Amino acid sequence: MAQRSRAGTADRIRHLLETEGEAIHAQASHSNERRNVTYEATDDIEELRTEARAIKEDAIDRLPDLIETVREAVEANGGTVYVADDAADANAYVADVVENRTEENEVAGETDTPSVVKSKSMTTEEIDLNDALAAEGIDVTETDLGEWVLQVADDTPSHIVGPAMHISRAEIAELFNERFDPDEPFETAEELTRFARDHLGEIITDADVGITGANFVVADSGTITLVTNEGNARKCAVTPDTHVAVAGVEKLIPTLSDLEPFVDIIAKSATGQPISQYVTMLSPPTDSPTLSFDSPDEPITGDGADGAEGAGATDGTGDPDRDFHLVLLDNGRMDMREDDQLRETLYCIRCGACSNSCANFQSVGGHGFGGETYSGGIATGWEAGVHGQESAAEFNDLCTGCTNCVDACPVKIDIPWINTVVRDRVNRSSEPESYDFLVDGLTPDAESGGLDPGKRFFGNIGTVAKAASATAPVSNWLADAGPVRAALERTLGIDRRRDLPTFRRESLVDWFDDRGGEAASSRRADQAAARSGGTDLDREVVLYPDVYTNYVDVERGKAAVETLEALGVPVRVPDLPESGRAALSQGMIATADEQASRLYAAVAEDLDAGRDVVVVEPSDLAAMHREYERLLPEASFERLRENSYEICEYVYGLLENGADPSALSTGDGAEPIAYHSHCQQRTLALEAPTVAVLEQCGYAPTTSDAECCGMAGSFGYKREYYELSVDVGERLATQVEDAETIVASGTSCGDQLETLLEREVPHPIELLAPDGRRT
Amino acid sequence: MTVDTVGRFERALEGLEVGLERVSAADASERIERIVEEPAVGASLPFEGVSLPASVTTEPTAGELEAARTGVTPVGFAVAEYGTVAVESTADGAEPISLYPDRHVAVVAESDVVPDLSAGFERLAEGFDAGRDSVVFATGRSATADMGDLVHGVHGPGDVDVIVLEDR
Repeated sequence: MAQRSRAGTADRIRHLLETEGEAIHAQASHSNERRNVTYEATDDIEELRTEARAIKEDAIDRLPDLIETVREAVEANGGTVYVADDAADANAYVADVVENRTEENEVAGETDTPSVVKSKSMTTEEIDLNDALAAEGIDVTETDLGEWVLQVADDTPSHIVGPAMHISRAEIAELFNERFDPDEPFETAEELTRFARDHLGEIITDADVGITGANFVVADSGTITLVTNEGNARKCAVTPDTHVAVAGVEKLIPTLSDLEPFVDIIAKSATGQPISQYVTMLSPPTDSPTLSFDSPDEPITGDGADGAEGAGATDGTGDPDRDFHLVLLDNGRMDMREDDQLRETLYCIRCGACSNSCANFQSVGGHGFGGETYSGGIATGWEAGVHGQESAAEFNDLCTGCTNCVDACPVKIDIPWINTVVRDRVNRSSEPESYDFLVDGLTPDAESGGLDPGKRFFGNIGTVAKAASATAPVSNWLADAGPVRAALERTLGIDRRRDLPTFRRESLVDWFDDRGGEAASSRRADQAAARSGGTDLDREVVLYPDVYTNYVDVERGKAAVETLEALGVPVRVPDLPESGRAALSQGMIATADEQASRLYAAVAEDLDAGRDVVVVEPSDLAAMHREYERLLPEASFERLRENSYEICEYVYGLLENGADPSALSTGDGAEPIAYHSHCQQRTLALEAPTVAVLEQCGYAPTTSDAECCGMAGSFGYKREYYELSVDVGERLATQVEDAETIVASGTSCGDQLETLLEREVPHPIELLAPDGRRT
Repeated sequence: MTVDTVGRFERALEGLEVGLERVSAADASERIERIVEEPAVGASLPFEGVSLPASVTTEPTAGELEAARTGVTPVGFAVAEYGTVAVESTADGAEPISLYPDRHVAVVAESDVVPDLSAGFERLAEGFDAGRDSVVFATGRSATADMGDLVHGVHGPGDVDVIVLEDR
């Protein structure tokens, strides 16, 4: 496996945090905020996303037919379609087109080096077209300003949409002053842009061939769509007489009407603009006259005498001097189409919203969170599909499964799932390592050998926690001992700077049994109901003892039990199997699949009896509500999803149905609280109920809008990601640190904040629990 | 279209820092002459009773196109919702004339201002059926943030004006 060592990865990430993180964060977080605002201001955003998704599903489903349709349409227009199997095939074809064109020009008296101007295209980055053309002696100039900066700097894109996002204005000015030696040194963005416009303008007017990508290709009219803000793609397409568009086969959509939702949504998701400056829809060869700037006295309409007569010509073949080639690239895409797990990647419209919404991406950018070509969450699917699993393996672990990108993606791709699947495949393709024996005894998982020992450890955290609890406090003392921390770091990659969880000798399940189990709970609930004289809610709860609530954060479990009882609801806390969340986060899908089945079996009778499953840890609830759709039969998934709740959501429901909040610990109506929800809880739209409950109980909560706490379960424990985790966490900590009281719903969110701020950060339920629980 | 639609168009253009002027067909030529910055090039206007002023060169040479400060073109239609004008790729060069000079003056008939993108796509589809199948939806001024700050007028025009012909 070609993965870097943990120390190597840590060094690389530290370097990116220092050199590129600031510029990336400024721009990516700004785009993300703008996207959020624009999504919220767009009434039919959900319909748009659903429609766009449906069109892509349909298009990919009948892709072979669409390829034939577009071939017919483009040929009828007078152009040529070439389907390239791979990068080499595509590059050779484009080089041929350029050479033939240049030979024709030489016949016409020109003997210059062949010259190509390009607009921004990730697909041509994927096939390294520029290098291939340069090897044939062809001059290639990027005309998108960001891409041109990279070309001058000999650098690579750090973002799908803003390729030079990692380079600051000052750095560009320095680069250009050194390279172009202007009379007056460049300083402002305005000066740099003017210079670039003039410099590139001359190159465009002299070029033999223009190369563009395509954001969408309408099959039945042969229309390529280019979405840009600068206008360079228009110039590249219209100025030289030969235009080559290079597009992945997945860019095909059936008809013009299918284009509408994409034109409507792509700028919203990419930058938060309502629409891009230029949506160029060309069915080339177009009627636009070719522009020959080396014959400045010739009318652009050709023969000046009757040039205008052709205005609006509709013969369908365009200007006779124009030549157009559409290169459709396979390069692994047709195999991705056959792959049930990777197929969704082909719906991607390359807007970069998954990158912008991702806390880790905002810190390191695409040079860290990216492979050979693509970056951000969706890059795992693209890289695995077009460059191979090794490229995806380099950065796939940077997806923590937080699901922030799920609501951002304009075509509703389950990007975290693609990351989980590829992680699982990478795990399975690895060679067994020498430390396997260390975790073998602890890990009753369903994984084959070769899995990284650290991943196996965290994936089986439930078993580890059970063993540690049984031997606490000795296990905690041992774990904190210096030599043990060194060994944990060496073997499992657990960073020694990170506080380890303190396992409790008495688990939540033990505590509940010792206080009389469900019989005692019924009694308490009845007494509370009698005291308040309120409505008989007639509900019963199975409180799910997730690993952390059961063995580590036992207090929040006790608070949940006592809160429910105080509101008149009897509780059971059975010893239930793990949810599979921990295994999923390590890419151990087979293990998670078994655990999901075991957990469903264990609660099936409760569900049949009409009991509600209430969950404290949001990530476990998210597994039940999201990933179980892929792991359980549909009826089982639906049944569990419909009857399982986040604890504060459930309390909200009880209060809405007549339960009496005065039984809880209430504030004075204005007591300020900073509340950090949990990434997956936000995706499930469950932040609002907690806020509502806090407000009903007399608090004045302010919610954080930081992307993530950075801890993400096991992520922040890992040696190679410790510093990145802290970098992300600091952004959250800065937002909440001034509040007197801070509460957080996720265990790891709370741990991260407690470490960074050195103070208690309880779960909201601990605040709300009846008097006496919190001190 | 309705006054409301043009009003909506005007508000969208305001947000894009694009000027809108309403003018009758009879006064259009004079108004265009007043707002163009010379040298100016243009694509002929297909609206009845409207012609380009003499100062705007039609069928320009490549040299005239390159030197022009202003390009005047008709647009097939406009989308009020986003402040978008639809530039059609015609043989008399509307696409390069709207793109190369620093300023683009787009002339649209009021009856061709449609309320939203869906109505715009209906118009687009009608045009495609009639063979006008290369169109640019241009919204506001050319822009980039690639040099570290937002700058207008990169490869495309940094100034845009829209003239609405009230009686066409």
